[in-house]
Amino acid sequence: MLAEHLKEHAVAASVDAFDQEALRGGEYALGELTLEIAPAKIASVCGFLKYDQGFIRLSTVTAVDRYPAEPRFEVVYLLHSIEHKQRLRVKCRIAGDAPEIESVTSVWRGAGWYEREVWDLFGIRFTGHPDLKRIMMPDDWEGHPLRKDYPVTGHRV
Amino acid sequence: MSESGVPANLLAEAEEQEQQGSGTRRMVLNMGPQHPSTHGVLRLLIELDGENVAKCEPDIGYLHTGIEKECEVKTYQQAVTLTDRVDYLAPLSNNLCYCLAVEKLLQLEIPEHAQWMRVMLTELTRLNSHLVWLGTHAIDIGAMSVFLYCFREREEILKIFEMFSGQRMMTSYFRIGGLALEPPRGWQKRVKAFIDVFPSRIDEYENLLTNNRIWIGRTKGVGFISLEDMLDLGVTGPMIRAAGVAMDARKDAPYTSYEKFDFTVPTRTENDVYARYQVRIEEMRQSARIIRQALEGMPAGAWKADAPHVVLPDREKMKTQMEALIYHFKIVTEGFRVPAGEVYQVIESPRGELGYYVVSDGTTHPYRVHMRTPSFGNLQAVPKMVEGILIADVIASIGSMDFVLGDTDR
Repeated sequence: MLAEHLKEHAVAASVDAFDQEALRGGEYALGELTLEIAPAKIASVCGFLKYDQGFIRLSTVTAVDRYPAEPRFEVVYLLHSIEHKQRLRVKCRIAGDAPEIESVTSVWRGAGWYEREVWDLFGIRFTGHPDLKRIMMPDDWEGHPLRKDYPVTGHRV
Repeated sequence: MSESGVPANLLAEAEEQEQQGSGTRRMVLNMGPQHPSTHGVLRLLIELDGENVAKCEPDIGYLHTGIEKECEVKTYQQAVTLTDRVDYLAPLSNNLCYCLAVEKLLQLEIPEHAQWMRVMLTELTRLNSHLVWLGTHAIDIGAMSVFLYCFREREEILKIFEMFSGQRMMTSYFRIGGLALEPPRGWQKRVKAFIDVFPSRIDEYENLLTNNRIWIGRTKGVGFISLEDMLDLGVTGPMIRAAGVAMDARKDAPYTSYEKFDFTVPTRTENDVYARYQVRIEEMRQSARIIRQALEGMPAGAWKADAPHVVLPDREKMKTQMEALIYHFKIVTEGFRVPAGEVYQVIESPRGELGYYVVSDGTTHPYRVHMRTPSFGNLQAVPKMVEGILIADVIASIGSMDFVLGDTDR
């Protein structure tokens, strides 16, 4: 069900029309629109946004760790429509235990490195990613540094 | 990884080719991370079929310094100094993007004088960055002398930065709420002296390169990558403008009063190394125009916002007013609180779309800062661009991307 405050945003309405179960909520603050999507639907919704709504560019993919709250992780997709000069933030909340979400590399190949970075630094697995391996840290690194329970300083014992 | 550091799959593939007895053997060439033409610590694993690149795999992360993590333990104002170190050839662009993001969260109004000052200095940063790119790119291709000319002008820009901030490179001159210091006396004269001669200096570079037969031979028709691939892979900046898309955040979503300046966004359609060269040369001319407009039309006024809870008070006031002293103590020891929320601020850095995604949880430290850096997005397109071309053209192709590894790895 489309929330009242999102009705004036055409993108939110069309995502809701595309898949009633996909849209979980959203927010419009400081001139920026955020849509929260059900994690299972992310690839299909992104495909819809790209091919139907003109968001042909994926600006970046990143994540936020809400530790110790649950669901722990927010995966954030920042989309850009050159034609409409419009930006959109799409968000998925996923649980902290073995976090996993479908890859959007089938929609934008450029998601490849961004998802690798999120895997490397947050430990979120992207299913269906063609080459999911570490990108910033060495291959044999243990842990995922951008998690909130990973210390900023200290020595390994 | 094998002992030599070459991934096992590449080695196995090369071996398989050999066993098939096709008469040709593929060689895996390890370019970098200490290769001078990769401008920093980029490592390219290139599989060669004769002199042609059959496969290319970039390996990044050698300069990963954990800036995003570090931001989370700094106060908002302290984190400005970290943003300098992201893209060390365009520190002020990074300062600006971060400050704009936090100011948006704070809903802080910046005085016009400070905004124009920011425009002028970010455009000088663009010139600084493009000059380093032009000099080193030309050296890579064999035009040695251009480098010396470019660094002559760059030196002047660095002196201007030093005059403003006391630092040549890591300026941290933009702070949340305005500028770090009052603009120095006599800056107009210094900037005017530079901007008066600079357009003629661009002519000098062009004299050396634009109609140079060797330059044309090495760059025209080299490094092509289709527009569809670029959009799909997230390429931005001069690269995509050389493919005919006038995508520029300064025009599309103006920030810091860019809408008040008269300039054009140069584009080309040839989409090769030469077109990217032409786009950047024209961008330098446009930046010079913007700087001149800023210099001549600079509005008078305050150089920092009137927001005592965010901006440090004047030294004088601290000695006479109790409140100023209290605010100073609070800001320095604790920092200022930023309302909970999140923003994604995009600006046009010399390399392309630079975005700062800042999440606040209402405390004095950023909860999360993510930098969407143009070099990271652009580098992803390297394999697509170089696969199939001659090894000798790889240098020209990656040089035309103008990436900075600090910007890529953060």
